[in-house]
Amino acid sequence: MPAKRTIRTIPQERTPVREQDPAERARNFTEVSLGYNETEAIREAQRCLDCADPVCIAGCPVSIDIPGFIRKVNEGDYRGAYDTIAASNLLPAVCGRVCPQENQCEGVCTVADTLEPVAIGRLERFIGDLAITQNWARPPHITPTDHRVAIVGSGPAGMACAADLAKAGCDVTVFEALHLPGGVLRYGIPDFRLPNAVIDAEIANLQQLGVTFITNTVVGRLFTIEDMVTELGFDAVFIGTGAGYPTMLGIPGDSLNGVLSANELLTRANLMHARDFPTYDTPIPLGRHVAVVGAGNTAMDAMRMCLRLGAENVHCIYRRSRDEAPARVEEVHHAEQEGVQFHWLTNPVAILDDGRGGVRGMRCVQMELGEADDSGRRRPAPVPGSEFEFACDQVVFAIGTNANPIIGQTSRLSLNRRGYLEVDQDLATSIAGVYAGGDIVTGAATVIEAMGAGRRAAAAITRYLAIRDPGRRYREGGEPVFGMPAAERNFAPLRLATVPADPLPGDEATGTTERTSAP
Amino acid sequence: MQPASRQPVGSRARGLSTSSFEIVGREDFSDLTYTLEVRHPLMARAARPGQFVIVMSHPEGERIPLTLADFDADAGTITLVIQAVGKSTRELQRDAQVGTTLYGIAGPLGVPSSIHPLRTVVCVGGGLGVAPVFPQARAFHENGTRVIAVLGFRSADLVFWEEKFRDVCDDLILCTDDGSAGIQGRVTDGLTLALDSYDDVDEVVAIGPPVMMGACAEVTRPRGVRTSVSLNPIMVDGTGMCGGCRVRLKDGIRFACVDGPDFDAHQVDFEDLMNRLGSYRGDETQAVQAWEQSCHRAETAASEVLVTTLPTDDGRA
Repeated sequence: MPAKRTIRTIPQERTPVREQDPAERARNFTEVSLGYNETEAIREAQRCLDCADPVCIAGCPVSIDIPGFIRKVNEGDYRGAYDTIAASNLLPAVCGRVCPQENQCEGVCTVADTLEPVAIGRLERFIGDLAITQNWARPPHITPTDHRVAIVGSGPAGMACAADLAKAGCDVTVFEALHLPGGVLRYGIPDFRLPNAVIDAEIANLQQLGVTFITNTVVGRLFTIEDMVTELGFDAVFIGTGAGYPTMLGIPGDSLNGVLSANELLTRANLMHARDFPTYDTPIPLGRHVAVVGAGNTAMDAMRMCLRLGAENVHCIYRRSRDEAPARVEEVHHAEQEGVQFHWLTNPVAILDDGRGGVRGMRCVQMELGEADDSGRRRPAPVPGSEFEFACDQVVFAIGTNANPIIGQTSRLSLNRRGYLEVDQDLATSIAGVYAGGDIVTGAATVIEAMGAGRRAAAAITRYLAIRDPGRRYREGGEPVFGMPAAERNFAPLRLATVPADPLPGDEATGTTERTSAP
Repeated sequence: MQPASRQPVGSRARGLSTSSFEIVGREDFSDLTYTLEVRHPLMARAARPGQFVIVMSHPEGERIPLTLADFDADAGTITLVIQAVGKSTRELQRDAQVGTTLYGIAGPLGVPSSIHPLRTVVCVGGGLGVAPVFPQARAFHENGTRVIAVLGFRSADLVFWEEKFRDVCDDLILCTDDGSAGIQGRVTDGLTLALDSYDDVDEVVAIGPPVMMGACAEVTRPRGVRTSVSLNPIMVDGTGMCGGCRVRLKDGIRFACVDGPDFDAHQVDFEDLMNRLGSYRGDETQAVQAWEQSCHRAETAASEVLVTTLPTDDGRA
């Protein structure tokens, strides 16, 4: 047994992660962070003090046994590290990339009292990527219960819920409104931060667990939530439809051409591949001088996407200061490196018309911080007489989203004042057997919080089904639904995803562990 | 629901195409306008007047919003009427033959039209807008409302669905720009005639190009007749997520995909709508040119090697 590590004996410097050169990457779409190799991962793993009181676990929304998996990394037992993470989080390759670790596990890391915190997120990604190339997420032995559960929405909440329910033996069907599964991971987060190959691999893992994905299905409109637990014969339903109704600022000029939501920009670029127009049919408005309003992760993604699409300069307009910016620290840092110009304490007042229905500029006002508001952040207030104009030809709003109204419009589910679904402590809605979680309950939050909600709901659904009808065997399929035989329902299950066509970034096509010690 | 979901891994893999959005009927009204009848029993059952769908013809395609022109729950089909104006709709015109399948179709989307018994309703359709106003005319007819149709086309050879409308309408005023069928004039002339002829018109439904819907709104505004229009702005996802389809009303911004597509015509800022519809004109031109060139290249190549095999369904691998 090696001697207990102390703050003095561990490597003092946080192991840097290799990244694409900022100048180069700001013009391509491949992933910015190349991730740790084996040597780097082990060195960083040695910085973990394996504390008696692992506060990092409490800092993790899904309570991953962080010291446990890092210990396995140290021992070179990567499969063991994966199993440790997977006990709490089924999508480590995703979360290692997109979690705001500085506010979670790394924010409370004991090492951070003195030094930089252990790079938990990077280690998680290292293991997550290895698991994909090694296909470690093989289905465990599953005892079917023949309960049929439907998931509405294939984003992080739905994926996490589907995985747990499939492992619990349920026959799980995920309905997705768009033509590809993945939700915000697919349409929202760009490839340079979360490659599509990672999402494809996670979807393929779920399919291997027996989960069926049905795309092109707008639940609420094609059939209702009530239909699902009656006519369609699902024993339970989980709603994880997200909060994707973008907010516009409501200032003069906000319906000019060249003004769009970050959701639209990112959906066109990511989901619809507009960056490959006209090979792909969907176009994207290309600004030369782009102003992005907001400073969350979506704003950072939008700004960095605009640079990659060819914008000459990109400005971040944010009414508070850098300290209050909700984006991950690393994203702000990356955006700065790539040349985004930040205008803190600046608020747009009007978007200026170029006389041809487009944008010629924006009028802004300087802000100053006053007293703290409900969110604990100091409330910004305009500085009188500080208005100024600057030239831009595209404006992107990344100032948050509201509840998507479709489920509310088409069901009797109880909503709160702001249109989000009301749930109890078990995430149960007002209709028996129907659960909900993620952004459609909480409002916009993080990927890992949505996954956490999906897992909590899966646990609650499992309990509900066990109490409602223990040991019931489900009737064989083929019963008419809506008076139609099953074959008539026209559900088109997504074909089983094969091994992703694109190798993971920084990955050699060999698919062996060689990659971990390569560069 | 999917018995296949319990099959061993791999059995559903490649080769077994599960896309079942099959085109079972097609009719070409003119060089530009065509109907597609798509098999989708669930959607045919769920569809209501005023709703629309999003169509993708192939994985690299656009998500094309199209208003439902008809649906038949018994036959399990929905009908779309499409005008080949841009790259995607022209490509669809070439490729979407009976027996082929669409890559994706999502819907029915949007809030259904409010159809409640009235004394008299005037349903105005201009050009391609004639098709989506049909389900509303039929629904009003079925609930006992007197239905007057005002249908406008450029000329007699472009007229479609006249008989279909006569079956559900109490009166039909056909208008053509050149007078080759019905009265010579625009739908606003037909609408004025209808409002002059019937003094119990409770509502006007107008669907067509934005400029036409705007003009109809100005006909009914001074008369105080409630008027509903169906807006078809630029959309991407069609589910409320992108905000591309936002329209300006007197009391604020709405998203046509989830708050509409029907709106009170007297509240709509048509100028704003028309400006926003023009935002991708340059891209569309580029897409059409690139597509025409690739078609030309393909044709040239085919004629050079005298290939006699049939083209693939969508010209893609």
